[in-house]
Amino acid sequence: MKSTASHFIARSQEAIANPVLQAAMAKARPGFVRKRLDAIAQVGNFDALRTKAQEVRQRSLRDLDIYLAIFERRVTAAGGHVHWAATTEELRTIVVDIATKAGAKTATKGKSMVAEEAGLNEALEQVGILPRETDLGEYILQLAKEPPSHIVAPALHKTRKQVSDLFYAHHPLGSRPLASVKDIVDEARQVIRQHYLDADIGITGANILIADTGTAVLCTNEGNGDLTASLPRTHIITTSIDKVVASWEDASAILRVLARSATGQSITTYTSFYSPRRPQDLDGAEHFHIVLLDNGRSALLGSEFEEMLQCIKCGACMNHCPVYQAVGGHSYDSVYPGPMGAVLTPLLRGEPEDFQLANASTLCGRCEEVCPVKIPLPTLLRQLRRKTVAEGRRGLAYWLIQGFMQLANYPRLYRCSTSALTTVVATLFSKNGQLRRLPALGAWLRGKDLSAPEGKTFQQQWRQQPGRRNDR
Amino acid sequence: MTEKANNPPTVGLFVTCAVDLLRPSVGFACVKLLEAAGCQVVVPPQSCCGQVAYNNGLSEEARQLARAVITAFAKVDYIVAPSGSCASMLKNHYPQLFRDDDNCAEVAHFAARVYELTQFLADILQIPPISSLATNAKNIAYHDSCAGLRELGIYQQPRKLALSYRNAALSDIADGNVCCGFGGTFCAKFEGIANKMVADKAANIIAAKPDLLLGGDLACLLHLGGYLHRQGHHQLEVRHIAEFLADVTDQAGIGREQ
Repeated sequence: MKSTASHFIARSQEAIANPVLQAAMAKARPGFVRKRLDAIAQVGNFDALRTKAQEVRQRSLRDLDIYLAIFERRVTAAGGHVHWAATTEELRTIVVDIATKAGAKTATKGKSMVAEEAGLNEALEQVGILPRETDLGEYILQLAKEPPSHIVAPALHKTRKQVSDLFYAHHPLGSRPLASVKDIVDEARQVIRQHYLDADIGITGANILIADTGTAVLCTNEGNGDLTASLPRTHIITTSIDKVVASWEDASAILRVLARSATGQSITTYTSFYSPRRPQDLDGAEHFHIVLLDNGRSALLGSEFEEMLQCIKCGACMNHCPVYQAVGGHSYDSVYPGPMGAVLTPLLRGEPEDFQLANASTLCGRCEEVCPVKIPLPTLLRQLRRKTVAEGRRGLAYWLIQGFMQLANYPRLYRCSTSALTTVVATLFSKNGQLRRLPALGAWLRGKDLSAPEGKTFQQQWRQQPGRRNDR
Repeated sequence: MTEKANNPPTVGLFVTCAVDLLRPSVGFACVKLLEAAGCQVVVPPQSCCGQVAYNNGLSEEARQLARAVITAFAKVDYIVAPSGSCASMLKNHYPQLFRDDDNCAEVAHFAARVYELTQFLADILQIPPISSLATNAKNIAYHDSCAGLRELGIYQQPRKLALSYRNAALSDIADGNVCCGFGGTFCAKFEGIANKMVADKAANIIAAKPDLLLGGDLACLLHLGGYLHRQGHHQLEVRHIAEFLADVTDQAGIGREQ
């Protein structure tokens, strides 16, 4: 269940105390890490591929306006339509408008994080259009009425039992079994197949947009993207402006690192290239629309946070983040969880509570180490913390650190007061040479024993030893 | 080590605030190791490296402190710290703090001379073993701290030193490159998450069945040792690697009663 707690700490505590969630996370975690390692071991120099992908993303962002303009011209020339959505509200309006004009009653949907970001399903339901998720994970979550907890594996937090319980509750199963994973997948396939045939419009996301030819690239493992895109008469792609690159060569550079980082595959089972249907094409949608969402992204261009837009949404950072792994995606209360979400959510959504996310990291650096486009996530988290302080959001921690820094700037005063303090703590507060409670350290000491300070500080003892020097 | 005996390198010991205040014996263990290797050790007046401010958005305060550290250590040949985290602050993050400043060359000159203790002993001094004492520990595990591991590339050095100084067996901790959950102010602000992380880390350590856990960062060791002790793993001794290498063990292990 998605938590209703109002802030990150409360939600994370619920998540840590939830044994079902913890079991699901523990099951998924080692697979992601091991498969990625195996996949990158098979290419001689994965770091060189990361550098290449990083360069492609940086180049794309540097001339983003030019590539977007070329992309729009190519799509339009081929008979497709490009729509610009400055806000999520504009995206909802544009898609609802297209769907209404098409006379749509039902829509199939491939996984699109931008559609999630915009709350597109709710908007379609409001005008009487039934959105039906076709990605297995997204389908499960639609039944459960929950948001995704991971950008690549949206139902990562669900156990097999929870999924079969959902199917028992929502499907007219008859005598069909749900004993194994294969049974569950077959059951979903049977139900979703009919949805494809019923759908009036198909909505997918896109992983990459290629300016040169006006092509949208979609990576999936279930083949649901192709059926969603090509069976209905109208195909709508919802994605964001940062996804565009110059050429197929550039797109290849991204594809080389994307699946290896995300799922440990050399390439996803399906890599689809969509453009408006040509007269000689035997299938494909008659109407081709691409809706490009900004929602705060263009404001990051040229800012100290531009590198965040390099993100190719592989999810490696969250797969390797000890905080995400401890608390799960729902604790972040955002479409984008984990390290990339801890940077992106405060920047794109920017609610006061979101800035807490940037603090929820030990800055251990594992995210940056695995990022396929070398986004310096710890640096960006630090910059967000700086921004928070500069904007005047200062809590108790700020004032404690500020006080400590002021003291630390006067070495003699620091030495005198700290040696007095450690002596006092060592003698007064310790019981059997060990601390179990201490003001200010109270939260940390819960669950831990701290050896009492030895007594005199190092610097105090050093100065008392004969012949010791403070400088050469 | 090419320096002549009559011209020993001067090492400025950046002792770190955690060692200075809580466990000075780690500092004296460093002095013993450095002096045994022929270094002249000096301890310029110091307080903190400023990382707590830098990581919490107080950049100007961190810069102010960094300037004082750079000035205090201006004359020494090397700056050595018994912490990957503090050493990386001095070596990697000080240049970031001053990258747009006029004095960035001076900061770069400072940063180039900074080393974490095991890095300095193994890579720069390349000293032979100074102690042939046998340890009682049969099985040692080494906890890699994140900044040392990922920002300074420290992995082989402490292991090589531990093996060459003492004839002991080293075992690997599963998921050894995953953070223990200390994270500076993180463990106070997000106590519940930090405790979950340290519990996972502790389970992996216990599974390796060590009787001695070593590490290069006192703060992580206080976090880990404190948790292990509270959980009743009293037979597992936790120590900073400097104590082990220098055979300075008059203090009880970390987390234990003194």
